[in-house]
Amino acid sequence: MSSTELSAAKVSTAKVSTTGLAMPEETQTRPGAVSPRLVRGNLRLLANELRVTFFRRRNQLLLLVVALFPLLIGIGLKVAQPNPDGGGGGGNAPGGAVSAAGYFNQLAGNGVFLTFVALSLLLILVLPVAVAVIAGESVSGEAGAGTLRYLLAVPAGRTRLLAVKFAMIVAWAVAATFLVSIVALVTGVALFGAGPVTLLSGTTVSLAAGLVRVLWVTLYVCAALIGLGAIGLAISTLTEHAIGAIAALAILVVASEVVDNIPQFGAVAPYLPTHWWLSFDAFLRSPMDTTTMWHGLLSFAVYTVLFGCLAWARFTSADVTS
Amino acid sequence: MIQETDSETQTAGTQTADTQSAHIQTAHIQAAVTKTAETHTERAEPPELAIASSGLTKRFRGGQLAVDHVDLRVPRGSVYGFLGPNGSGKTTTIRMLLGLAFPTSGKAELLGVPMPEGAIGVLPRVGSLVEGPAFYPYLSGWDNLARYDSADRTAPARTARSRIGEALERVGLTAAARKRYRHYSLGMKQRLAIAAALLRPRDLIILDEPTNGLDPQGTREVRGLVRQIAADGITVFVSSHLLAEVEQVCSHVGVMRTGKLVFQGELGELRRTAAPRIAVRTPDVAAAAEVFAELGLADPVQVPEQELITAELGAELPEKVTAELVHAGVGVRGLTVESPSLEDLFVGLTGEGFDVEH
Repeated sequence: MSSTELSAAKVSTAKVSTTGLAMPEETQTRPGAVSPRLVRGNLRLLANELRVTFFRRRNQLLLLVVALFPLLIGIGLKVAQPNPDGGGGGGNAPGGAVSAAGYFNQLAGNGVFLTFVALSLLLILVLPVAVAVIAGESVSGEAGAGTLRYLLAVPAGRTRLLAVKFAMIVAWAVAATFLVSIVALVTGVALFGAGPVTLLSGTTVSLAAGLVRVLWVTLYVCAALIGLGAIGLAISTLTEHAIGAIAALAILVVASEVVDNIPQFGAVAPYLPTHWWLSFDAFLRSPMDTTTMWHGLLSFAVYTVLFGCLAWARFTSADVTS
Repeated sequence: MIQETDSETQTAGTQTADTQSAHIQTAHIQAAVTKTAETHTERAEPPELAIASSGLTKRFRGGQLAVDHVDLRVPRGSVYGFLGPNGSGKTTTIRMLLGLAFPTSGKAELLGVPMPEGAIGVLPRVGSLVEGPAFYPYLSGWDNLARYDSADRTAPARTARSRIGEALERVGLTAAARKRYRHYSLGMKQRLAIAAALLRPRDLIILDEPTNGLDPQGTREVRGLVRQIAADGITVFVSSHLLAEVEQVCSHVGVMRTGKLVFQGELGELRRTAAPRIAVRTPDVAAAAEVFAELGLADPVQVPEQELITAELGAELPEKVTAELVHAGVGVRGLTVESPSLEDLFVGLTGEGFDVEH
């Protein structure tokens, strides 16, 4: 690395006279400054990637649409106020998918529950699609537009570019999930009020403790979507048609959810990518159902690592022909 | 030195056996030294070349041989025209040089650094335009350059603004810097791509079909930019299927035909491969033919009805032929020396029309 630095410095000194560009920091290469500069160089690409992603009009619209859902769900539920006689919530088997109905009953008394309603409803399709658009497009979009060959000729470095793309997907998934949670929380509190939170297991905790549970649930959903993002990244390295990768990922989510709901496929169900997504009700019990939680997190971690490796193996060995 | 030699001779006189073995040893060492020197010159040679490849080959998954044992030798400081019809393997070669595609066999070096292994180290010194410009349509010209600049971990962020500004100014896009790339004309897109190649001080610029799809004015602008870049002492490797472009800016050429490099050398060398002809317009064609015969000009062709006679000029100087003609009393109405156009040579090398040899 230091030889690279040195040669770069030499080049710039040689060329200063011809191009008239003064680059003091390149001419004085201090050995101790190498590593922070490389870190800064990597952060710079990540910062640019995030800026390009989050400032893109289309992506902002996508986030806006995602944010509208919890608002509409809140208003819809307020208008069609359900009868508060449903009784002691949930009753879902650990690990099984929670129907949003379990939360509806709690909602009447507490707006905090709108976050769980919104997350469980949006996790079926809206949030996965929002992640699919960004993850599916991450590499294939660059390849399709031809910008991938220019990034690699800069050189961005294949592994480094892939790492930045994954970091961007993580940031996007976290942003989308927290956006849903925050909008739902604000809407819920505004429409239904706030107070001590009655959990699915019947225990009542303080509002502050309830908000901490909201945070845990949101982070759990983030982890689920990051696993999906890693699959999307891997698919994205296989094609130069962004729309194909996005569609493939969306279809994968729906197919996984369908298979998960067919009892005959019960044997494979725990290994499906979407199986543990809605298990965040584990956080809404007292004591918390940590077994389910860890199963879920393990599933997301395995998917992330596995497909991250597949993406890396493919991206570092494939010819860029677009 | 002399004293040492003397003492050596003395010892040689007394201890013959030992000296013999010593001699053998010396011979070994000398051989070793010569060998090292050779390896050294071999190692020192590539940096003289901005691009060097040996046996560079790319076979696509379908089995098609896109690039077939190409040995490129692009001298530093040259403007190298990489010629060939569409589909002759130019772009695939460039992709391998830049580490975008991996060669099936063979080696490539950029500025003495092996590719693709040395990509991270050497590519910051190489600017490139590969197969047309490619940018983010929803970003402005400025933001597009900032994007590519941020991908270069060796580029100092502090100077990014000034470098982007200068690159845009150099290609005349300062006024359109804040305009979205989507609204750029084709010529502007091409110029923005060249600006991206000039974001940092470079030792080598690789331009793949930089004038593709441009109108004559745009072509001229690009040609002017290539000249400017070359004037700064930067090696330029420019691929094209347009001969006029190469003829006017290049010092060296390489010609590709169906994946093979069929000619490589200075432009003048390519011209020399075809003999220039002298053409004389005169009413006395027969008399002129006699003079031509005396001078020993080869392949004379008489066209009396057009009052024209032509022959290969060979080593003869045109002014001498003129003097001889006048001396012989031949009425000369016009005299021209015609080299076969580069286009004729090019077509001769690459074959006529569409190539179906794959």
